[in-house]
Amino acid sequence: MLLQRLSDAFGVSGCEEEVRNILAQTVRPYVDELRTDSLGNLIAIKRARAGVERPVRVMLAAHMDEVGLMITRIEKDGLLRFQPVGGIDPRLFPAKRVVIGKERVPGVIGVKPIHLLKPEERERVTPVEQMYIDIGATSKETAEKRVKVGDYAAFATRFGPHGLEGESRLVRGKAFDDRAGCAVLAAVLQGDPYPVELAAVFTVQEEVGLRGARVAAYALAPDVAIALEGTICDDLPKEKDQSPVTRVGKGPAITLADRSVVADRRLVRLLVDTAEQAGIPYQFKEPALGGTDAGAIHLTRAGVPSAALAVPSRYIHGPASVLSLDDLEHTIALVRAVLPRLQDWPEPKV
Amino acid sequence: MEEIVRELTEAYGPSGAEGKVRELIQERIAPYVDEQRVDALGNLIACKRAGASPAVGRLMLAAHMDEIGLIVSYIDEKGFLRFHPMGGVFPLTLLGGRVVFENGTMGVIGIERWQEDKIPPMDKLFIDVGAASPAECPVKVGDIAGFHRPFFAQGTRWVGKAMDDRIGCAVLVEFLRQVKETIYDLYVVFTVQEEIGLRGAMVSAFAVEPDVAIAVDITTTGDYPESDKMAVELGKGVAIKVKDSGMIAHPGLRRHLVQLAEKAGIPYQLEVLRRGTTDAYAMQVSREGVPAGVLSIPTRYAHTPSEMVDQRDVRTAVDLLLHLVAQPMELGG
Repeated sequence: MLLQRLSDAFGVSGCEEEVRNILAQTVRPYVDELRTDSLGNLIAIKRARAGVERPVRVMLAAHMDEVGLMITRIEKDGLLRFQPVGGIDPRLFPAKRVVIGKERVPGVIGVKPIHLLKPEERERVTPVEQMYIDIGATSKETAEKRVKVGDYAAFATRFGPHGLEGESRLVRGKAFDDRAGCAVLAAVLQGDPYPVELAAVFTVQEEVGLRGARVAAYALAPDVAIALEGTICDDLPKEKDQSPVTRVGKGPAITLADRSVVADRRLVRLLVDTAEQAGIPYQFKEPALGGTDAGAIHLTRAGVPSAALAVPSRYIHGPASVLSLDDLEHTIALVRAVLPRLQDWPEPKV
Repeated sequence: MEEIVRELTEAYGPSGAEGKVRELIQERIAPYVDEQRVDALGNLIACKRAGASPAVGRLMLAAHMDEIGLIVSYIDEKGFLRFHPMGGVFPLTLLGGRVVFENGTMGVIGIERWQEDKIPPMDKLFIDVGAASPAECPVKVGDIAGFHRPFFAQGTRWVGKAMDDRIGCAVLVEFLRQVKETIYDLYVVFTVQEEIGLRGAMVSAFAVEPDVAIAVDITTTGDYPESDKMAVELGKGVAIKVKDSGMIAHPGLRRHLVQLAEKAGIPYQLEVLRRGTTDAYAMQVSREGVPAGVLSIPTRYAHTPSEMVDQRDVRTAVDLLLHLVAQPMELGG
């Protein structure tokens, strides 16, 4: 399954090549133009079907990069120092397995065993600067044979089904933020042309500042844009009656506003109306949290009306996320259904 | 001018939901501009071309329509609304306050049981609209509330919520009403989403491509008990910005504004603001860069429901703009 290949691929921000190659190979038969820009964004143009005059240009963006680590220093004893790339809770690091570089050198983020912890140490969060990765090298020289300063490391998670076989539609893997969005976009590109022109961008470096999307949007100057994401889902039981942000199994999550963008209200209404007419479940993401490529896209040039649609994913920005294939498929369905309704933009028929 | 200030400050228009303010302004300025359009983000861009041609340049004047607000993030089982701020909203200014939503629903801000001597974090607060469950609730997740407070005038002072920056909008509306002679093509932009990141100004400056840009916004004062030591005071005239935390006003433009004020006998003050910025920052760094400055209306109690300005300062701002657009500028290097 494409999501599996994408999830297992190595693609920390700034090093998205492996993911890009899988996507380029997957979408090439279905698009009219395919190119990689100077930052590494994979840009695919799928022209509108014949007979559409002056088609509306719709930019769909999904980011290829995942959060991870970068090796900053190799110590005399062969241990590696690192820093996070993108936002990761430092409490997630101790004892995790990682893979480093294209060779996928296996490592373990070292941690003091519980037997040796003083009571006050159990309360503290170890600063990242004091952590290290153990790749089994006993000296700097032997370590340098396999890794270099500047190499990237990703969590060593393998994709798999989650829950009771035959019953569960859940899957588990790393980087669903945003390989889920990439899988949605790749699926949307397959099949017949739409009555709009698709400028599909598999972007780079979203996790470190929406950087790929910014330059791609400037180059493409779309009429309207939708970012496709794997988003925060905190739907486990809580003591206090609090928002879960999104819920697994309740359908694609529509952004109303997050920290990076106030979604265009007309686009939101169109997404809601399309979902209701097509009988596709949907939910709203809790406002004012997180950010997406839409944040960069909507502010390019003279402004681009933008929205964001996401697959709810538990535990993102960590080693293992969980999502529902039902939500993934409903997200694909919703995007496919809304695209034809954008052909009259900015006068969509709601 | 009091009427337009009352109307604008009492109107509903938090960041992301500026439509009602925009409609109000569109109506008021229609007789005085050559064209108006609304861009992709909702900015209102109005154009008044120079009298004689050719114009000596393109001047962009900006004031933001949005006010700070609260976005509903969750409706709990008992119908209480949890929220996040849109822009710089602080818990202390909310306790016991009243808010209003776009559809007219009113709410009261309540707080969980809390130790009174500490400032509560935002997530201890909620809005009560009188609903007993989500089904009964007249507002939805994503709806945005603004402060609800009436305007009043007393002596020379005007008080209302959203003086930031409806007073700037009022200055520009009044300016358009009065302007007879302009040697510049004027692009008067009523921007959106300033409070959440100068977003409207960013894209509208890109579209307008001005030669010079001036924002009209508020600034704080140093004239109330134990305030920050700041030279600006109510009633001493329009404040000409030197620097704030986002930008250094183009020195040539600032000097030009000062000279204009002195020659015309318009009371003014120089402003250095420690923390806070305006649409001018976004205009200044647009494309290849734009000489930018700010005319600020001194305001006490900024970002509270009761912001206070002095009428005299407001009128001097309009006067200075009228002088500005009638004369060429030599901004120097």
